[in-house]
Amino acid sequence: MTNSPELDTTTGRPAADISGAEITLDSVVKRYPGQKVAAVDSLSLTVPAGEIVMFVGPSGCGKTTSLKMINRLIEPTSGTIRIGGDDIRAKSEDELRRGIGYVIQGGSLFPHMTVAKNIAIVPKMLGWPAARIAERVDELLDLVGLDPARYRSRYPRELSGGQQQRVGVARGLAADPPVILMDEPFGAVDPITRQRLQDELLSIQRELRKTIVMVTHDIDEAVKLGDRVLILQEGAQIAQYDTPERILAAPANDFVDDFVGSGSQLKQLTLTRVSDIDLTPRTTCRVGESSATAIARAEQAGDQSLVVLDDRGRPVAWRFLRQVRRHETVQDGDRENMVTLDQRATLNDALDTMLTSSHGGAIVCGDRDQYLGVIDFDSVTEHMRALGREHADGAAPREPA
Amino acid sequence: MWDFIDERRHEIIYSAFQHAYLVVLAVAIATVIAVVLAIAVTRIPRLAGLANVVSAVGLTIPSFALVGLLMAWSGIGPTTALICVTFYAVFPVLRNAVVGLRAVDPTLLESARGMGMGTLAVMARVQLPLAWPVILAGIRVSLQMSMGVAAIAAIALGPGLGVYIFTGISQLGGKNALPSVVVGTVLIVILALILDLILLLLGRTMTSKGIRVSR
Repeated sequence: MTNSPELDTTTGRPAADISGAEITLDSVVKRYPGQKVAAVDSLSLTVPAGEIVMFVGPSGCGKTTSLKMINRLIEPTSGTIRIGGDDIRAKSEDELRRGIGYVIQGGSLFPHMTVAKNIAIVPKMLGWPAARIAERVDELLDLVGLDPARYRSRYPRELSGGQQQRVGVARGLAADPPVILMDEPFGAVDPITRQRLQDELLSIQRELRKTIVMVTHDIDEAVKLGDRVLILQEGAQIAQYDTPERILAAPANDFVDDFVGSGSQLKQLTLTRVSDIDLTPRTTCRVGESSATAIARAEQAGDQSLVVLDDRGRPVAWRFLRQVRRHETVQDGDRENMVTLDQRATLNDALDTMLTSSHGGAIVCGDRDQYLGVIDFDSVTEHMRALGREHADGAAPREPA
Repeated sequence: MWDFIDERRHEIIYSAFQHAYLVVLAVAIATVIAVVLAIAVTRIPRLAGLANVVSAVGLTIPSFALVGLLMAWSGIGPTTALICVTFYAVFPVLRNAVVGLRAVDPTLLESARGMGMGTLAVMARVQLPLAWPVILAGIRVSLQMSMGVAAIAAIALGPGLGVYIFTGISQLGGKNALPSVVVGTVLIVILALILDLILLLLGRTMTSKGIRVSR
């Protein structure tokens, strides 16, 4: 069942601010020789331009096979796949793949090439001039939150797992492809890093509006990142293809219900975004500013702590006043290891982050790590209580934002 | 001893140069052959067994016997020596090249293909550079071995330091017999060490910093 009534299927062309392209699969079948059951049995669906669609399901359900058929790493036995209306068999395999970003677990960077060379692979094959490639590499490193001057000539083994994965995402975006395929990209990193990478992807996607197809086995990740979630059963049979809100509120069948898990109120934690909650303003100060004036401002506002921003408005540290007092001027912090939340992060993430914070709250950022405000524990619990009352009154579940 | 060396200084230096030249040329040709074979073996699984058998059997043929067999076919002279040294030089490189090419993480290769690299580009830009340190280790083994094989090839009137060893042995008991053998042997060892050092340094510059084993 393909449930996508609000699609503009007449044009199939992206709207002005969307740089993605629509992907359609039509009765796609993959049957391996010597196997009775098809790995993918007649899968039909439309991935709307500029959306993130998550393929999720138990292992062996055919989600990765389905993904790899889109860039022809696996050739379908029958059926048609179109990107932006064009049959993917119209071009040569290599030409097709150069126009599709491909990001896999751990980043899969080439260890013998520097970060810059890794990112430059596809633009180079497309024959971009060297100056444009260099510019693009720096732009992408900045986009994924890595300082170009510091990282462009490093080798992958000199990077942490999270940094490697960021470079992997930058490499996938390198030639500005309309479609990006991701195969469990955040599977190999620790939970805190995973949450940050997810937040960054949401922030990047807000800016770029690509069509992203991502495979995951983690339903929470699917619900958090997906504009739509495709839940697959064995043989890539569609169990449900819908928005996360509707999948959680109205599972199509027992399989989906089991897969999604229950606990209606707690599920709201993964559906509610940080941006749905009022942020508390905190006193901020700039790196290099006089400590005394910054402290005076904080005390006037009744704050015990200061959020330190760099010259581009990105938070680099969150310090108690006594820490700031030790120096004449406000000292720089370690931005890359700063744990912040994207405005599209879930309340689940927010609570996780608060648990590790000594401030009982978490810093929220918008596009390109711009500081937005602070979310504190009280406002989250207040929100949950309000939801609980709504449920108790028999009110309809909250409409998705 | 010193008189022996002093009298033949130029001749000895020339022979040492020829010996080194023969070995370097043979190992270079062998490396190309071995890498091409290794690529074929890693692409066509059925060849893997065959390659194993051939290299196992190949290395058991005594080099003395091979020189004899080759003389019947390609005559006496440097060509025979070159073929003989190249024959043995292939095996260590081949074995390491197969191991090295196989050890490259398949997800890296799939990722390369997924980015639109053709078969040749995947081989030239990803698989070979990553296997290179292992292949290079094979080349170093091959070079050491070829030094000795080249000495034996001197029996087929090949150029090089083997001549001193054979002349010395055939004149055993004579005045210059021992110095001749010692000069041949010691120079071969010294040459081997020098070439190995050159290869080591060359390998350093040819291996990416990203995969070099840090010391």
